[in-house]
Amino acid sequence: MAGTLAEKVWAAHVVRSAQGEPDLLYIDLHLLHEVTSPQAFDGLRLTGRPLRRPDLTLATEDHNVPTLPGPIEDPTSRTQVETLRRNCAEFGVQLYPMGDAKQGIVHIISPELGLTQPGMTIVCGDSHTSTHGAFGALAFGIGTSEVEHVMATQTLPLAPFKTMAVHVDGALPPGVTSKDVILAVIAQIGTGGGQGYVIEYRGSAVEAMSMEARMTMCNMSIEAGARAGMVAPDETTFSYLQGRPHAPQGAQWDAAVAAWRGLVSDADATYDAQVRIDAASLTPFVTWGTNPAQGAPLGAAVPDPESFADEGAKLAAHKALEYMGLSAGTPLREVAVDTVFVGSCTNGRIEDLRVVAEILRGRRVADSVRMLVVPGSAQVKVQAEAEGLDAVFTAAGAQWRLPGCSMCLGMNPDQLAPGERSASTSNRNFEGRQGKGGRTHLVSPAVAAATAVLGRLAAPADLVPA
Amino acid sequence: MEKFTTHTGIAVPLRRSNVDTDQIIPASYLKRVTRTGFEDGLFAAWRADPGFVLNSPAYAGASVLVAGADFGTGSSREHAVWALMDYGFRVVVSPRFADIFRGNSGKAGLLTAAVSDGDGELLLKLLEEQPGASATVDLQAKTIECRGVVVPFDVDDYVRWRLLEGLDDIALTLRHADLIADFESRRPAYLPVTTPA
Repeated sequence: MAGTLAEKVWAAHVVRSAQGEPDLLYIDLHLLHEVTSPQAFDGLRLTGRPLRRPDLTLATEDHNVPTLPGPIEDPTSRTQVETLRRNCAEFGVQLYPMGDAKQGIVHIISPELGLTQPGMTIVCGDSHTSTHGAFGALAFGIGTSEVEHVMATQTLPLAPFKTMAVHVDGALPPGVTSKDVILAVIAQIGTGGGQGYVIEYRGSAVEAMSMEARMTMCNMSIEAGARAGMVAPDETTFSYLQGRPHAPQGAQWDAAVAAWRGLVSDADATYDAQVRIDAASLTPFVTWGTNPAQGAPLGAAVPDPESFADEGAKLAAHKALEYMGLSAGTPLREVAVDTVFVGSCTNGRIEDLRVVAEILRGRRVADSVRMLVVPGSAQVKVQAEAEGLDAVFTAAGAQWRLPGCSMCLGMNPDQLAPGERSASTSNRNFEGRQGKGGRTHLVSPAVAAATAVLGRLAAPADLVPA
Repeated sequence: MEKFTTHTGIAVPLRRSNVDTDQIIPASYLKRVTRTGFEDGLFAAWRADPGFVLNSPAYAGASVLVAGADFGTGSSREHAVWALMDYGFRVVVSPRFADIFRGNSGKAGLLTAAVSDGDGELLLKLLEEQPGASATVDLQAKTIECRGVVVPFDVDDYVRWRLLEGLDDIALTLRHADLIADFESRRPAYLPVTTPA
């Protein structure tokens, strides 16, 4: 029977299937961090159950870690990180702690170590696990009860997903990135539009994207409500993986690539839903509201809530503008920000930092703006410094930080103060996400850099030549 | 897990769509390493507003939450479910739930009752007209009764069975340990392990 990519990966992992019950799926890789794991480890201890496969489990410290040198000052944050260290030691789980050369945001380190591979099932107690789907893996976020379930059994009982194809055909115009694509997709289908679906991104624009760009897009699949996002593996995927520490070698590499080449949706496979995006029509995209679907092209104005047909959307837009301190009709390019954040599991990879450095080279961050550039991992930091990008950032007046989740979420010292407004390369513009009372505009790294220079939402094309 | 058959309690109308898990419990409350005591973080930012619905004395002791569509979007934090349950909620009613939130709820014993858009609006109206009114949620019959009006709701059959029986998922899976071991013996040799390369 013809199948989609997602269905093929699913079928290859079914341990048990029974009428009227969810399929039991085997999990190839379980990623852990300090926030969603302590209660799961506690559950194992309470029931006397062992962690079944420590060799398929990896932990890192990311959400709570400060990005300035020094220890964790906040006692509850410190307790959470110390608890992870104790738990990993007790259950034999490999941990990359703060300061380690392999530490970083969980969704950045697994691909860069070569642990994320095509056709795998990957889970983590973090919704942005969808990132790993860029390799043709079926990867999704789970809650702490499920974390405990995977620890104890290396499986999960899962109800079947529906499949959605998002076709992005054509060439992206200069200055338009995969971040703009995914923000446009979310604005089109809504925060619940992907609910119950695994999205497969297809089409010539996706095929032309780097692995980093694909990861950005898959990362934000969850913001459309989708459980996972996937891209079929191809030569770009294989060349990214080859030679990485955990990638197969020699004859195993050949066997793996042969298997991976079969991980494409069959020509006659059917999807439960289809969405089409014309890549050439896209422009830089930014959010104006308090959920990731409340976005618009940078060239547009803040919308009038009364222009929404749906009563719920109208009410949500009114509340969003009130929270964001914006008036309908204001051109988005006139919205001034005081903070720019570059980083996170969405846009904290080396390619993102190169884009930002290219724009900041020979320019200055506006006096009214504080700009944080936070590498997604220790390896990204080393690479960026080897390329001299850190010098570009600091010369422009930006702060170059240590790796971690940083200002993506208010769990570590990097936060917005009440009323502060950011342009952020992260993934969520929810009320208070970046700090209580903070206001977030989601943007691409290119828009973030141009915004930092001008002090208001802007694209690189708005800048005078450096 | 506690069995769930039928539940009657004061129902709160929360007229908001896209109630994301950062609103249900902000990240600053996620630093605990224990499983209880998250009620103080529930809707922490909104509860600071005296006009917020949960601050009305009419809803003291409420245990059924009726919200707009797309409830539980965003972060996978199960703390959102724990915060709702620690506060006293046993049921959340919405026209649509985010997948991860709904999965987490089923594991922890919080019933997520999905109603039609029209019935969701009807329940909100009934509750707003009479603050402090009760609702009865019957999981066997899959119905919600409020002020004499009965509406149907959807819930996954398997989750419903587990809630009705109060069964622990991990124990159910471990009954099939032999199948798991058999699957493991057939995994391709090229798949990675996390021990340092």
